[in-house]
Amino acid sequence: MVEIPVLRWGKPYESLEKDEVVHFETGETLAHVHQANGGLIQMDMRKAQRARDILREFSIDDLIEKVGKAADLYAEGTLPIGDGQQTPADFCKMQSATTGLPEHMCAGNMKKNQFVLKNMREILDALTRGLPLDILSNGYGMEDRGVMVSYQANAPVLGLVLPSNSPGVHTLWMPVIPLQMGLVLKPGPQEPWTPYRMTEAFYAAGIPREVISIYPGGADCGAAVLANCERAMIFGGLPTVERYHGDPRVQPHGPGFSKIILGDDKVDDWEKYLDLMVDSVLVNSGRSCISCSGIWVSRHGKEIADALAQRLGPVAPLPATDPESPLAAFTVPGMAEAISNQIDEGIKDPSVTEVTEKYRDGERLVQKERCDYLRPTVLHCTNSETEISKAEYMFPFVTVVDCPQDQMLKRMGPTLVCSAITEDEKLSRQLLDATFIDRLNIGEVKTIALNWLQPHEGNIIDFLYRARAYQTSPPPAH
Amino acid sequence: MTEAEAREQLDAHVCEMMAWHFNPETGSPFWLEKAQSFNFDPRTEVKCFDDLKKFEHFEDEWLRGGPIRRWVPKAYENEKIYVFETGGTTGIPKSRAVVNDHWIDYEIFSETLPDESFPKGSNWLMLGPSGPRRLRLAVEHLCQVRGGICFCVDLDPRWVVKLIKRGNVAEMEAYRDHVIDQAVTVLSAGHDIKCMFTTPKLLEALAMRLMDDGTSIKEQGISGIFSGGTEFTPQWYRFAMEELIEGVYMTPTYGNTLMGLACSKPFDPADEYKISYHAPQPRAVIEVVSFDDYHELVGYGETGRVKLTTLTKEFFVPGFMERDEGEREKPCDPYPWDGVSGVRPFHEFAQSTTVGVY
Repeated sequence: MVEIPVLRWGKPYESLEKDEVVHFETGETLAHVHQANGGLIQMDMRKAQRARDILREFSIDDLIEKVGKAADLYAEGTLPIGDGQQTPADFCKMQSATTGLPEHMCAGNMKKNQFVLKNMREILDALTRGLPLDILSNGYGMEDRGVMVSYQANAPVLGLVLPSNSPGVHTLWMPVIPLQMGLVLKPGPQEPWTPYRMTEAFYAAGIPREVISIYPGGADCGAAVLANCERAMIFGGLPTVERYHGDPRVQPHGPGFSKIILGDDKVDDWEKYLDLMVDSVLVNSGRSCISCSGIWVSRHGKEIADALAQRLGPVAPLPATDPESPLAAFTVPGMAEAISNQIDEGIKDPSVTEVTEKYRDGERLVQKERCDYLRPTVLHCTNSETEISKAEYMFPFVTVVDCPQDQMLKRMGPTLVCSAITEDEKLSRQLLDATFIDRLNIGEVKTIALNWLQPHEGNIIDFLYRARAYQTSPPPAH
Repeated sequence: MTEAEAREQLDAHVCEMMAWHFNPETGSPFWLEKAQSFNFDPRTEVKCFDDLKKFEHFEDEWLRGGPIRRWVPKAYENEKIYVFETGGTTGIPKSRAVVNDHWIDYEIFSETLPDESFPKGSNWLMLGPSGPRRLRLAVEHLCQVRGGICFCVDLDPRWVVKLIKRGNVAEMEAYRDHVIDQAVTVLSAGHDIKCMFTTPKLLEALAMRLMDDGTSIKEQGISGIFSGGTEFTPQWYRFAMEELIEGVYMTPTYGNTLMGLACSKPFDPADEYKISYHAPQPRAVIEVVSFDDYHELVGYGETGRVKLTTLTKEFFVPGFMERDEGEREKPCDPYPWDGVSGVRPFHEFAQSTTVGVY
């Protein structure tokens, strides 16, 4: 059991209130996490500019080197965690034990974070479209083509209100320190592990302690981070996303409603793409905004759903320590049951058929003493207007939706990742023009296959920096 | 007073209240009418505090809607009557008719305030909810009985709750700033204000505004603050004392329109900022009872729901289940009766309760 303090600009702070983080299977207390309060965050944010000032004493190149070192320390080193020490294996065990994600998936997420940190130079080069990085440090500079450009930081720090159940999201904030901005992290109650371990890795790699704060705590802490950071990201459900939609200070991340569509030119060969579809639904236990929750086709829907169900239906929970464990546990009491009930309600519609049932040898909802599981569920929907046809849940759940190709874009709704398997030029053009699609893959690309050189839900550079005019001499006469 | 003496006093007070509230010459229409449905006679069969269990639990819904005069004891029907409301963001608020209770409650509270931090004769700032809440008048009275003059600001918490429910953070912040602007103006106007009532949220906002202006609550002349609410947690208390108002005395209180004002056990560094509240017995009683049986006290240090009983001549509330929970605390000096610590929203309501709005 470890004692994890609040970190206030690198200084440990022991609160009078602590949260117990427990193992979801055994009930063992794994950590006492000290809890911040909103006022304390507000107080600290009055000194946020200092984090940026300190980071600007280093060049972005230096910081990229340091986070590269941090990548290996994070993935391979033994690092402090509160009053204890933690190996990578300990980390995976602890993260698994509190989030319900199987240990091998936790290890997979570690590798993903390591990859992003190690390839930070290429990622920043891609996200800035090749901008000389000292322009971000100086605020202005001349490009090779002789054009003066200026970028102004929108905030000295980025605030993050992080989730409990999705350890895959942390790659999003990896570029912040190299961009010379401080980090203000409010971890999810069940996932303090990544923020603390990554922070210790940064410290061990030479990043100054004073540029990172971590505030575990209740809802008032999340609200304080959002209220006091000029730029912040929050992870939550649809209501959270809707609440912050249009707020330039907040980038909300929620359900992805990611989809695969098979164009009329390819759908008759659907069997060729079955592995792609299965992986897009099942990898990371479907617990990701990039996991596929809808497959849209104009024909063969019933056969595709049946083929998917044959592959996904038999998938059953295994111990979190099993390297083949395919499903994450639901550690919040009642959540899995509520989701299962919602699905049961949805399939009462005559246009919806649950196809997995006959291949599953048991119920969808598996209730254990201290956690629950939901086994993969494939629905075939002949009507694309039903609510369930566009649903997304935190487990391998997918709807195969029958819809004429010329109606797909009108009906499919917001989509974080759309993998379109087609060579139809007209459809491709329509997809390129569809503003409700964020990441577009045209070709045989799994929805979960992210290229880190591409922006995700908005380019973080555009979020953190503002391109503006800067002149040091009069413009040419005109 | 010993614990036994306190209990004796409480039992005697209960008998006196039964004789008052269920006497047709003095009782309120509400209780006299209600008594007709009882299978016991409160005046003869309720002889001690424990006998109050014969009453069904008080439903605060009875306080919604009129006529308000049904709550006024006949003995006071010709007095000037105040009405104070609680809740009411949507729908009909709960109302309590009052003659002098709010004065009396705060006069008793005044006796617990240390003169060195709340100097007699000094002026006050009331930075909290106004309108139909009793706090505005009660704090002003507290100030007046201590010989001061009270400066106030307007604050409508119902509007703030609406803004929070709409997720309108910008508007809420603008309203908070508007309130703080008024407080800063009053403090800067040379009125020799030394004492203040405020809420945790407003104290944070005021302290940080003053810091941004290069000054502090202490530098503005404030030496004593009383505050309250479920947001007044031990961690917040410590944070405030160490970082917001260093060198200023602050005392937590717990109360509501129905009960009155519970004082906290005097600050003791050994308690690590634990806040224990004790009701102004015998006028009001706090019990911490089992979540499963509201007639059963939990053990000391154990968690239960807060149950209030109000026993004044103006208002009788037997066993009202408060929307809070906490741990049962032992009697202490100067309160030789039970208290409650760790007060927080009752866990079954917590998710739907908007706390700390002002």
